[in-house]
Amino acid sequence: MIIKIYNAYIIDPFTDKEAVADIVVENGIISRLIFKSQALSLKPDTKPSALNIKPDLIEIDARGLYVFPGLIDMHAHLREPGYEYKETIRTGTLAAVKGGFTSVCCMANTNPVNDNPEVTYYILAKANEEGNCDVYPIGAITKGLKGEELSEMAMLRQAGCVAFSDDGMPVMNAMIMRRALEYSKAVGAPIISHCEDLFLSENGAMNEGKLSFYMGLKGIPRAAEEVMVARDIILCKHFHAPLHIAHVSTKGSVDLIKKAKEEGVPVTAETCPHYFSLTEEAVRDYNTNAKVNPPLRTEQDREAIKEALKEAVVDVIATDHAPHSLDDKNTPFQEAANGISGLETALALSLKLVHDKVLTLRQLIEKFTVNPANILKINKSGIKEKAEADLIVVDINRQWTVKKEEFVSMGKNTPFDGWQLKGKVLMTVKGRKFFNMWQEDK
Amino acid sequence: MKDLIGIKELSRQDIEEILNTAKAFKEVLQRDIKKVPTLRGKTAINLFFEPSTRTRTSFELAEKRLSLDVLNFSVSTSSVVKGETLYDTLKTIEAYNVDYIVIRHPCSGAAKFVANHTPACVINAGDGTNEHPTQALLDAFSILEIKGRLDGLKIAIVGDIIHSRVARSNLYLLSKFDTEIRFVGPPTVVPGYAPDNVKIFYDLKEGIKDSDVIMLLRIQLERQNAAFIPSLKEYFHVWGVKKDVFSYIKDDAIIMHPGPMNRGVEISTEVADSSRSIILRQVTNGIATRMAVIYLLTPREA
Repeated sequence: MIIKIYNAYIIDPFTDKEAVADIVVENGIISRLIFKSQALSLKPDTKPSALNIKPDLIEIDARGLYVFPGLIDMHAHLREPGYEYKETIRTGTLAAVKGGFTSVCCMANTNPVNDNPEVTYYILAKANEEGNCDVYPIGAITKGLKGEELSEMAMLRQAGCVAFSDDGMPVMNAMIMRRALEYSKAVGAPIISHCEDLFLSENGAMNEGKLSFYMGLKGIPRAAEEVMVARDIILCKHFHAPLHIAHVSTKGSVDLIKKAKEEGVPVTAETCPHYFSLTEEAVRDYNTNAKVNPPLRTEQDREAIKEALKEAVVDVIATDHAPHSLDDKNTPFQEAANGISGLETALALSLKLVHDKVLTLRQLIEKFTVNPANILKINKSGIKEKAEADLIVVDINRQWTVKKEEFVSMGKNTPFDGWQLKGKVLMTVKGRKFFNMWQEDK
Repeated sequence: MKDLIGIKELSRQDIEEILNTAKAFKEVLQRDIKKVPTLRGKTAINLFFEPSTRTRTSFELAEKRLSLDVLNFSVSTSSVVKGETLYDTLKTIEAYNVDYIVIRHPCSGAAKFVANHTPACVINAGDGTNEHPTQALLDAFSILEIKGRLDGLKIAIVGDIIHSRVARSNLYLLSKFDTEIRFVGPPTVVPGYAPDNVKIFYDLKEGIKDSDVIMLLRIQLERQNAAFIPSLKEYFHVWGVKKDVFSYIKDDAIIMHPGPMNRGVEISTEVADSSRSIILRQVTNGIATRMAVIYLLTPREA
C-alpha cells in the first residue's frame, strides 16, 4: 500500500518544519518527503483538495489542507480491563484515530487497577491485538488507588507505563505524595496529580457558587483544587521531582502554576477542551452530560485557562476522555458519573482557539504533540523520511455538526451534541493503518 | 401545567392562582363533610425515597379529600442503592397508569428527572437541597391569611439555609413579590453566594428586629458532627429564638417553622407555644394548599 499526499502544508513541531511538501508512505514508512518551499509565509491555497483511492494506491491532493503529526492524548480512560461496557481498547482507540490521536495514554483506574505489571502487560497486549493506535499505560501511584502504599513503580515503568497517577482518587496524604515524587525520579516518569482536596469537595456535584445554591446542589469550591495544586507545587519544589498537574480548571490554579514556573519549579500542566469551551451554565438544566470532575467553572476561569494556554502556563491539551454508559448518566444529577467522551471533539473544539486567534496553529499543535511527548518522554520522530508514518490530514475550516450517535466511542456522553464545529480530521495514517474520514458530514 | 417541580418555574400569577384556589379548599376543609368528588377515579402515588411522616400524610390527606385513589410507595434509600435505578422504579410505577406522582428524593433535580420521563403529573415533595415548593406555597398562604399581603413585608429566614430546600423555595417565592428577605444564622450554613436581593445577618437580634415574619428552619442534628456548628447548645445560645426576642421584635411579628421542630435548639418552648407562633396553622394550611396544587395540575378538557 502506497499513500501519496501532495501539496500538504506540514506543521511538525518535532522536526521544527513548517512548509508545503509532498509525502509518500510505503508500507507504513515515510519513504519520501519533498519540501517544495521553506517559506513560512506560504499559506495553503484555495484550490479544492481531492482524494483518489485505488486498490494499492491512495493519492491525496492536499491543497488547502494541513498535515500534522498524530496527536498525543496524555489523559484518557479506555476502561479496559473491567469496564468494557463503557469502552474497550478497540473502541477507544478507534475514537482516538477518528479524532486525530495516534497515541493515547490510559489512566490506571481500571478494574483491576493498573498497579501491577500484569495489568500493564494486559493493556499493552490488547492494544497490540485490537488497538488502532499506540497506547501508553499510566500506572497507579498507590496500590489500589488507595493513597496508602506506593505501587511497584519501577516494575510498572519497565512494563511500559509512562507516568503515574491515581487520577480521580487524589493522594490526600502529603507524605505519600512526597515519597511518590521522590521515587519517581529514580523511575524516570512523572507523577500526574489530580488536584482535589476531598474534604473540601465532599460529595460536591458542580462548581460552588451562585448557581449551585440556586440549583440546590452541593458545590465543589475552587479552593478544593487550588489547595492541592499549591500543596503539590510546594512538594515538587522541595523535592525537585517532575510533577504534572492534570485538568486545570480554575484561575487560581493557573496563577499558582504560573508563579511556580517563574521560580523554576519543574511543574507542567494540562487542561481539557471543556474547560475552555464551557462554563458551569452547561449544567443549569441538570445536564448530566456536562458533569465532570473538576467541575465546569465560571467565565472568569474559562478566560484564565485560555490566557494560560496562550502564555504557555498550561503546556498540554488533553481530553480526559471519560466514556460512560447511558445508565451511568441517566440518573439524577448528583448520582451521575463524572466525565465527557472527548476524543472525537477535542481537536475541533481546540481549533476554535486558533480561529479566535488565542493560539497560533503551531502553538496548538505543540500542545497536542511535542509537549506531551516531552513530559512523558515518549519517543516520537515526527514527519520525516524513514520514520513510521504517524500523521493526520486536517481541514481546519471544515464545518461539521457533532452527533453523539455517530461517535465510534461507546461513550455517547457529550455536552457538545448538536454543536457546529469548524475543523475536522480527514485522514489518520498510523503505520500501515489508514483511517479515512474524508466523506463524513459533507 | 403538568408538573410542580419548583417555585423557580412559577410566575407570580401562577402563585396567586394556587393561593386563591387554596383559599376555596380551606373552606371545604371547614365543612362537616371535608371531601369533594373532583378527582374521583384518578390515582395518585406518593413516592418517598426519604423518610417523611408529615409531608406524606399531608399529601395523602389532600389526595383523599379530592377523592383520589392513593398508593404509598416508600423506598428506603438503601434498597435503591442495592439495585433498582430511579428510572426503573419510575417505569414500574408508570406501568400502573397513575395520574399523579408525588415524589420526595434525596437528590436535587430528581423531581425534574422524573417529570422528564413520565406523562403523569409530577409534584415535588422535596428534592435534595433544591426545592420543597408546596411548603413555600403553604407558608405564603399562611402569611397571607394573617397579614393580608406579601408585598411590603420584611421576612427573616433563620437557620441552616445552605442545606434547606424550604429556604430555597421560600426565597424564590418571596422574590417574586416586593419583599425584603433576610438570611440569619452562622456563616457556615448561610450561603456566601446568596442572591443580590437578600440581606445577610450573622447576628440574630439585628436580623429579626424589624421583621414581619420570622421563619425558623430545622437544624439537622448531624450538622454538629460535620463542623457546621460546634454544638447544639451553642447554636441555641446564639441563634435559638428564645422569649427574650419578644422584647425587640414587632408586636405583630409571626413566627413560623416547617416542622418538625427541635425545642431547645432553634426555638424555645415558650416561643413555640406562644400566640406569635403559627406553626400548627401551617400544618392545616398545608392540606388546602396541596389540594389546590393537585387540582390545578389536573389535565382538564378544553
